[in-house]
Amino acid sequence: MMDEQRVLKIIVAGEGGQGVQSIGELLAEAAFQAGKQALYIPNFGVEQRGGVSVAYVQIAEEAIGAPKFLYADLLAVLSKRAAERTKGYIKPGTIYLYEESALAAPVIDDQAVGIQGYETVAPEGFAKMVGAAAAPASSPPVDPSIRPVGIRAAQTAKAELTPRVFNIIVLGAITKLIKVLPPAGVKEAIAKKFGAKFRENPELEALNYQALAKGLTMIETEGQQ
Amino acid sequence: MTGNEVVAWAALVAGADFMYGYPITPQNEIMHYWARLAPHFGRGFLQTEDEMAAGFAMLGGALVGKKTFCATAGPGNILMQEPIAMAEMMRIPGVWVIQQRGGPSTATVIYSQQELRLTTAGGNGEGLRIVYSTAFHQELFEYTIKAFNRAWEYRFPTFVLGDGYQAKMREAVTLFRPEARGWTLTPAEPLVRRPGIPALDRDPVHLRNTFNIEEELYDRLMAQLAAYDRLTPEVVEWEVEVGPETEVLLVAHGIVARAAKQACAMLNRQGYKVGYFRPITVRPFPGAALREAVAANPNLRLLVVESAYGQLLALVKAELYGFTNAIDTLLKPGVGITAEEIMAAVTARTPKEVRPGG
Amino acid sequence: MDEKRTVVRGPAENRNMPLSWRKETKPHRFCPGCGHGIALKALGEAVGELGILDRVLYGCDIGCSLLSWDFFNFDSVQTHHGRTIPVVVGAKRARPETIAIAYMGDGGGYAIGAQHLVNAAQRGDQITAILANNTLYAMTGGQLAPTTLPGQKTGTTPYGREVRKTGAPMQGPELVAAIAADGAYVARGTVGEYQQLKEFLKKALRNQMEGRGFSFVEVLSTCPTNWRTDAKATWAFLRGEMARYFKVGELRVPEPVAGGEG
Repeated sequence: MMDEQRVLKIIVAGEGGQGVQSIGELLAEAAFQAGKQALYIPNFGVEQRGGVSVAYVQIAEEAIGAPKFLYADLLAVLSKRAAERTKGYIKPGTIYLYEESALAAPVIDDQAVGIQGYETVAPEGFAKMVGAAAAPASSPPVDPSIRPVGIRAAQTAKAELTPRVFNIIVLGAITKLIKVLPPAGVKEAIAKKFGAKFRENPELEALNYQALAKGLTMIETEGQQ
Repeated sequence: MTGNEVVAWAALVAGADFMYGYPITPQNEIMHYWARLAPHFGRGFLQTEDEMAAGFAMLGGALVGKKTFCATAGPGNILMQEPIAMAEMMRIPGVWVIQQRGGPSTATVIYSQQELRLTTAGGNGEGLRIVYSTAFHQELFEYTIKAFNRAWEYRFPTFVLGDGYQAKMREAVTLFRPEARGWTLTPAEPLVRRPGIPALDRDPVHLRNTFNIEEELYDRLMAQLAAYDRLTPEVVEWEVEVGPETEVLLVAHGIVARAAKQACAMLNRQGYKVGYFRPITVRPFPGAALREAVAANPNLRLLVVESAYGQLLALVKAELYGFTNAIDTLLKPGVGITAEEIMAAVTARTPKEVRPGG
Repeated sequence: MDEKRTVVRGPAENRNMPLSWRKETKPHRFCPGCGHGIALKALGEAVGELGILDRVLYGCDIGCSLLSWDFFNFDSVQTHHGRTIPVVVGAKRARPETIAIAYMGDGGGYAIGAQHLVNAAQRGDQITAILANNTLYAMTGGQLAPTTLPGQKTGTTPYGREVRKTGAPMQGPELVAAIAADGAYVARGTVGEYQQLKEFLKKALRNQMEGRGFSFVEVLSTCPTNWRTDAKATWAFLRGEMARYFKVGELRVPEPVAGGEG
């Protein structure tokens, strides 16, 4: 899934407080641990307080260039506003991981442009905007190789674990989809980042690892689209 | 770790004694990390009322023999030019870390390379400064240490020119104690308050920056310019990849040089003949090295790439006076530049008939 | 390097001039009748009597105060207009045994550098700031200062200062006294009362030596050149009109600093 630069490009976008930047940090940390190059940069615009939060992560075998990039190989979207903000990063082949409670399951139709089914009724212009990012409006319909993958991380976290580990479920799903990081390494990264918190609250440690496991198993990487 | 954290650690191992700072994004975490580390290592921190106070307080600390530094950006860098001018005039050492943000004015807190001119040539003088433009966290660490050494060795204001991306992004870095690598730390000498009682044991030290007649100033400045010329070959640094086959020479500094280097490698894989030149010291500028690189091939074209609208370009043009090579540009003020964009700029300008495989 | 040494009195040949005065640079460069010479003499004597010559870093502002850069037999630095306070604050913070003195005019302290005065006072920086108030910008040719008296003619108030347009005379020590951190010493002296002024300056320095807090002395001073006054009129303006707006005396005295001698 890497392009000619041999760099895997990941964007995680959601609301401030959803744990988006932790996902970015943990992916970068797990990549370092796996002996890879990694570069993570948070968005830090005026919106950093209580707005959309975006994490940009690159993973590669060799030195990484610019910290930002034009298109994502995997775009993980956790809120409606985040979907809007990051639509320009979609290209043919992008894996579009989304939280189903935030975005209703998209309907893929060869005749349609881009991803549809935004909530129950697609907001005006949304499909066109998403499509326009991948191809000019006048071009033929967007490459259907954009792979939408919906997960119910919020519901799973709330019903089975604790809402606090929502982002770790997403991290598990990303780990599964990108295939380049060993799950054990991601677990180690979690242990390293939250070590102090876990010592205070061992129950939280178990919940995090369960969340990671849920994320890793809740989606099928084969047979999608 | 983030670039801001890297800078704080580098200042610590470089022997910095005191940081004077004022909040401005995107450098705040340098102050945060330093303020947290400093008390555990017997170092000091003071948050001042503005950047001018921070800069002048640095000079006070350096005068009494302490290694002082500060970090700032954008409008803070503008205010900082006043104390920097005094440092330049009076040869008071200091290290400034600049994490460039978008400009002019408040603009963005995110990123740019628009403070190149201000950092290299700001102030009402001749811009006698040493400015390192870093690209990787490892460099941020090592050049921050080097900046402290250079500042106290040559007593010219010394800068680490970073940017908002470097400040905030996380990538791997190896921290080390400079002594462990055989690097010697330049000691800080007091300029005032040396041992002894003035008028009894020694003459008092009276440091002056106001001159009554033009010639008095001229003599002082010419001596300083001569000192600066002497240090230039000792401090100038650059990175170059060029050969007689090179058709396009990418010129970029700082974080944009990462994208340029990557674009260079990818284009060469595709069969294009692309070289790469990166000044690491943007002041003094590695002019002789650039001229040598350009002379590799009389038909070589340059592509100057920067997140500013011609600030690096102006330095390049000044150094290439008399050369007839074409200079193309990819100028995106205040915006990051990717390898793909640089590749597109190169391939678009390469005539179809000479494109590899085309 | 930082051991404290005490010099109460210099060698015999210097007895007629305080050791803290630099003989080689006398006579000084100030205009005839200028108050700076008197204020600096008092400061020099205070430093000498306190035996802190080797610990002083004396910073002088831009304006006529810059002419004092080589006045003394202690280490000095000329700074920028308004920026003397941060320079000596930086030195004091980096080497706390330093006796940091910032000498400035009313423009430097109350206008362009007001933020530094206010914040150093509020933080309780252990420095001694001395500000000469002569009611105008002298070195640049006599312009309106924050301290210019109502009706006073200056280069930029050629018809006299109008309070409604440019405000009333700045009450500097009153401002500092109101905001300074605990341990501050704040006073207003005058070159017309030499012994009192020297006493205030000594107390201000001792306040710093004893690590209590910020100290600030405003010195009412004279500028016959820009006032365009003769000796008699100069003195009359200082003791008459200026004294009506600017009350001489101590505004903040930390308990243990009472008494100037010792």
